[in-house]
Amino acid sequence: MSGAHETDDAALVRMVNQIAKNFGHHNADVAAAEVAKHLGQFWAPAMRLQLERYIDAGGSGVDPVPLQAVGLLV
Amino acid sequence: MSLLKEPDLGTPAVAGEATVDVCIDGIAVSVAAGTSVMRAAAEAGINIPKLCATDTLNAFGSCRLCLVEVDGRPGTPASCTTHCAPGMQVSTQTPRLEKLRRGVMELYISDHPLDCLTCPANGDCELQDMAGAVGLREVRYGFDGENHLDAPTDDSNPYFSFDASKCIACSRCVRACDEVQGTFALTIAGRGFDSKVSAGAGESFMQSECVSCGACVQACPTSTLQEKTVIQLGVPQRTVLTTCAYCGVGCSFKAELRGDEVVRMVPYKDGGANEGHSCVKGRFAWGYATHKDRQLSPMIRERITDEWRPVSWDEAITYAADRLKAIQAEYGRNSIGGITSSRCTNEEVFVVQKMIRAAFGNNNVDTCARVCHSPTGYGLKQTFGTSAGTQDFKSVEQADVIVVIGANPTDGHPVFASRMKRRLREGAQLVVIDPRRIDLVRSPHVEATHFLQLSPGTNVAVVNALAHVVVTEGLVDRAFVAERCEADSFAQWESFIAEPQNSPEATESITGVPAAALRAAARLYAIATNAAIYYGLGVTEHSQGSTMVMGMANLAMATGNIGRDGVGVNPLRGQNNVQGSCDMGSFPHELPGYRHVSDDSARAVFEDLWGTLLDADPGLRIPNMFDAALAGTYRGMYVQGEDIAQSDPNVKHVKAALASLDLLIVQDLFLNETAAFAHVFLPGTSFLEKDGTFTNAERRINRVRPVMAPKTGKQEWQVTCELATAMGYPMDYVNGAAIMDEIAATTPTFARVSFARLDEAGSLQWPVTEAAPDGTPIMHVDGFVRGKGHFVDTPFVPTDERTSRKFPLILTTGRILSQYNVGAQTRRTANVEWHGEDILEIHPHDAEERGIVDGSAVSITSRVGETVLRARIADRMPQGVVYTTFHYPSSGANVVTTEFSDWATNCPEYKVTAVQVAPTSQLPVGDAVASGGAMAAIAELAAAQAGATALTNAGATAQ
Repeated sequence: MSGAHETDDAALVRMVNQIAKNFGHHNADVAAAEVAKHLGQFWAPAMRLQLERYIDAGGSGVDPVPLQAVGLLV
Repeated sequence: MSLLKEPDLGTPAVAGEATVDVCIDGIAVSVAAGTSVMRAAAEAGINIPKLCATDTLNAFGSCRLCLVEVDGRPGTPASCTTHCAPGMQVSTQTPRLEKLRRGVMELYISDHPLDCLTCPANGDCELQDMAGAVGLREVRYGFDGENHLDAPTDDSNPYFSFDASKCIACSRCVRACDEVQGTFALTIAGRGFDSKVSAGAGESFMQSECVSCGACVQACPTSTLQEKTVIQLGVPQRTVLTTCAYCGVGCSFKAELRGDEVVRMVPYKDGGANEGHSCVKGRFAWGYATHKDRQLSPMIRERITDEWRPVSWDEAITYAADRLKAIQAEYGRNSIGGITSSRCTNEEVFVVQKMIRAAFGNNNVDTCARVCHSPTGYGLKQTFGTSAGTQDFKSVEQADVIVVIGANPTDGHPVFASRMKRRLREGAQLVVIDPRRIDLVRSPHVEATHFLQLSPGTNVAVVNALAHVVVTEGLVDRAFVAERCEADSFAQWESFIAEPQNSPEATESITGVPAAALRAAARLYAIATNAAIYYGLGVTEHSQGSTMVMGMANLAMATGNIGRDGVGVNPLRGQNNVQGSCDMGSFPHELPGYRHVSDDSARAVFEDLWGTLLDADPGLRIPNMFDAALAGTYRGMYVQGEDIAQSDPNVKHVKAALASLDLLIVQDLFLNETAAFAHVFLPGTSFLEKDGTFTNAERRINRVRPVMAPKTGKQEWQVTCELATAMGYPMDYVNGAAIMDEIAATTPTFARVSFARLDEAGSLQWPVTEAAPDGTPIMHVDGFVRGKGHFVDTPFVPTDERTSRKFPLILTTGRILSQYNVGAQTRRTANVEWHGEDILEIHPHDAEERGIVDGSAVSITSRVGETVLRARIADRMPQGVVYTTFHYPSSGANVVTTEFSDWATNCPEYKVTAVQVAPTSQLPVGDAVASGGAMAAIAELAAAQAGATALTNAGATAQ
C-alpha cells in the first residue's frame, strides 16, 4: 500500500486476492468455488459487478484463483 | 422504586447439596453445610449485629459484635466465623451478649467523631445502625482519651474521599480490594491502636496501585470511604436498576438518585454479569451524561463549512428525509445507507436496521462491530453455528486452565478480570498469548504458567502449533470429536494440522514463541479437566482475524472443551452492546438473528410483518461504504452513535470519504469528530435516558431503564421512526417494550424475551425459546447449534503489512482501564486524571537506539500517516513492537493505521502497522475534552475543496 489512497478498483483487487490466499490450501477449482461463494455471501452486487468489469477490462493484478472465481458468480 | 437496600446476610453463600439443621433462637433452620451461624440466622430472619462482616467477603471475625452463645460450647464465638453444625442450638440475644455488644460499641464510638447529623453517611451508616441495634446510650470512657479523630482525610481520588478519622479498622476495604477486586492495593499498617488503613506503602489513593473500582467504598460500613457525590449531594432517596453503558461485561447497577439527579451508581449484587462488582468507569465515570458538551437540539446546515443552525425536530427530520430522498432519486436506491451503534440499545439498533432495509430499501447497514468483533461472528458461525461466545462469565469459576489470547481483561473488561483472577488465586493455571506483557502475566497473587509472547500478526501460526501438538501427541478427545463433530471435516483438519509446517519448531521463527514453551502450553490446555479460552481484539483485529477465531474453535473442539461449565471459546466484547447490535441484524448480509438476507424464508418473516419487499443481496460494509463514497456511488449516510472519523483506521481515508458525501446525518451525544462532516445532527440520549436492553458478551439481555426523561425530548428510536416515516415508510411504536415484542416475534433466539419477562427474571441469556424459556447460560451443551461441530483448515497467511528498513517497528493498539474507546465519554469525566493523553510504549532497547528518553515527544510514522505522542519506556513491550491507545482525537493513533483488514470480514488490522518512531521537537497536543477537531477538519476540507489533490494529514497536526 502506498501513502496515497488506493483507488476503488485497487481496493477490490486487494480484497479479492486476499480472500483467495486464504483458500490457497485447496486446489484451484475448490478455492475458486469457495471464493465465489464468499463473494456471493458478503459482497454487495455493485462490488461484484465492478470487479467483473475490471476483469473484463484486463483485470490487472487479479490472481488466477479469483479470476476463475469471478467466472463462477451468478 | 424507593431506595433499594439489598439484604446483607453477613457471609457468602456456600455451594453444595449437603445440608445442616440447626436451631437459632428457637427457630429451626436448614442450611448448606459450611454456612456460618450468622448467615443461617439471617436466612431465618434474625439479624445478628455486625460490622466487619458482609456477604461479599469472607468472614473475618474482628469486630466482636456478632457474638452468639452455643449450647454446650464455652464462650461467645463470633457467628461469622462459626460454621453451623448438626443440631446446634444458638442464642443470638441474651443479656450476656447484649452487654458484650454494648461494651464493644462503646469502644468504637469512643474513638469516632460524633458528627452524625452533618456526616454524609447519616442514615446510611452501619456503625450508626449498630449503635442503635445494641441500644448504646452512653460511652463510659468519655472522648478525651487517645483517639484518631485528627487523622487526615485523603481527597486525592477524584471520586471518593478517605476520612481516616471515621475508620473503625474493620478491614472490609482491604478485604474487598483483595477478594473482590484482586488488586491488593490496600493494607492495614501498624499494630494494635496504631492500626490504620493504608493505600500502598503509605501513599495517597491516587499514588497507590488502587484502580478506583469502588469495591472498598461499597464495603465501608461508615463514611470513611465515601463517594464525593454523596458528600456533595446527600444520601440518595430512590433507586433505578439499570445497565452500564461501557464495556461488553454489561454490569448491572443501582442508579441511586435524589429526584432526577444521579447521586451514585452502585453495582447490583443480583446482576448476573457482575454480581455486585464494578470498575472505575461504570461506578464513577457517568458524569458525561450530563456534561455541558451534550448537544440537545437538532441542527442542520447546507454545507459542512456552514455554521450549524439549531432547528426543531420536525425541521431536522424533514430536511434529512428530503435530502435522502433526493439522493436516491438522482443516484439510485443503493446510494444511501447507515451505521448502527454498539452503544445503543437493542431496540434502537433494531429500528435503525429496519429503517435502512425497509425505508431506504437496501441492505447498506453495518455496525461498529465491523471494526472489532466481526471475525468472531464469522468464525464461530462457521464452526459452531452461531455468532456468539459459548459461556456465561460465571463459568470461569469452574475453569482449571484459562487461556487469554489477545485480550487485556484487567484494563478492557476489569469486572470479569476480577472474577478470573479470583479463580486463578484458587489455583487455576493461566496461559497468556500476547505480544505485550499485560498485567495478568504477573500481578499480586497471579502469575501465568506460560506467557507466549508472540510477534504481532502471528496468532494463527501459534494456534495451529498448539493444535499440532494436540493432534500429534495423541491429546485429541476422540470421544467428543466422534460424538459431537463432523467426521469428514475433522479428518481433513487433522491431516492439515499435523503437517510439519504447523509444528512449534517450524513456526518458532515466525512467531517468536519458543517451541518448548508452546508445547508445554498446548499440553496444559489439552489435558486440563476444564480449559477455557478468552480472547479479545488482539485476535480479531488482524488480517487473519476470522481464521484465528476458527483456529481457536478447532482447538476447543479437538480437546472436548465445549458444552459445559469451565470451558468454551469466549470473546470479550469491546462495547456494551456489540453482541446485541450484531444480534439485531446490523450486518449488511444478515437479518436479525444472523439469518442471511438471501434466505427467502427468513426474509419473508420480515416482509410479511413490515409490509414491504426486502433486498435479497448483501449491502455495503463500512469500508466498502467509504470506498463507494470516494467513487461517487454512495452519497448519503446515517451514523448512529459512532465516531468513525476517529475510531476507524486510516482516518485520512475516512475523512476524505465523509467529506465527499452529499448528506451525512450524525446521531450522537456530542459533536464528535465525525460530526465535523455532518449536515444534520440529531441529538442522542445517554444510557440514563434510554428505555431498552443491552446484550453483553455472555449473551445476557439486561434492561436499561431510564432514570430521567430524555434531555432531547425524544427517545432515539422515536427519531429513527420519524425519519423513516418522513421517507415514506411509516414506523411507530408505543414504547421500547413494543420494539422488543417485534424482535421476539421475528427472531427465534429472542422468541420468549419481553420487557416483562426481563423484569421478572432480572436478565436472560439468549437463546430464550420455548425449549429454553429461562435462557441458555452455556451453549452447545448437547449438540452444536449447527448440528455437528465443523472443523475448518486454518492456513497461516501472513499480513501484507510488513516491516522494512523505513518502517522497522510494529505498532499495536489497545485500550486502558480508565478510558473507553475514542474517549467521547471518559474524556468528559475525571478519568482524565489517570490518563490525560495517549502514550507510546516502547522497549528500552528500541528507545535507546533512537535516542528516545522516557516522557519525551516522538513522531510515529507509517506508510499512511504520522502523529506525535509522548513515549514511555516499558520493558513490557518486546523489542521491535510499540503500543498505544486511541482514546484521544489529538493523538491520532488511527492516522497511522492502515486499510489492511481481515480477509473474511474487513475488520481492520489495527494490531499490526509498520512504523518508524523518532524523537521530535514537536509536542503532542492534549485535548482532555473534545478537540478542535471539527474546525480543523472543516479547514482541512476547505483546503481540499479549494483544489488540493491530496488530503493533508491534519489528524495529527492540526488538532
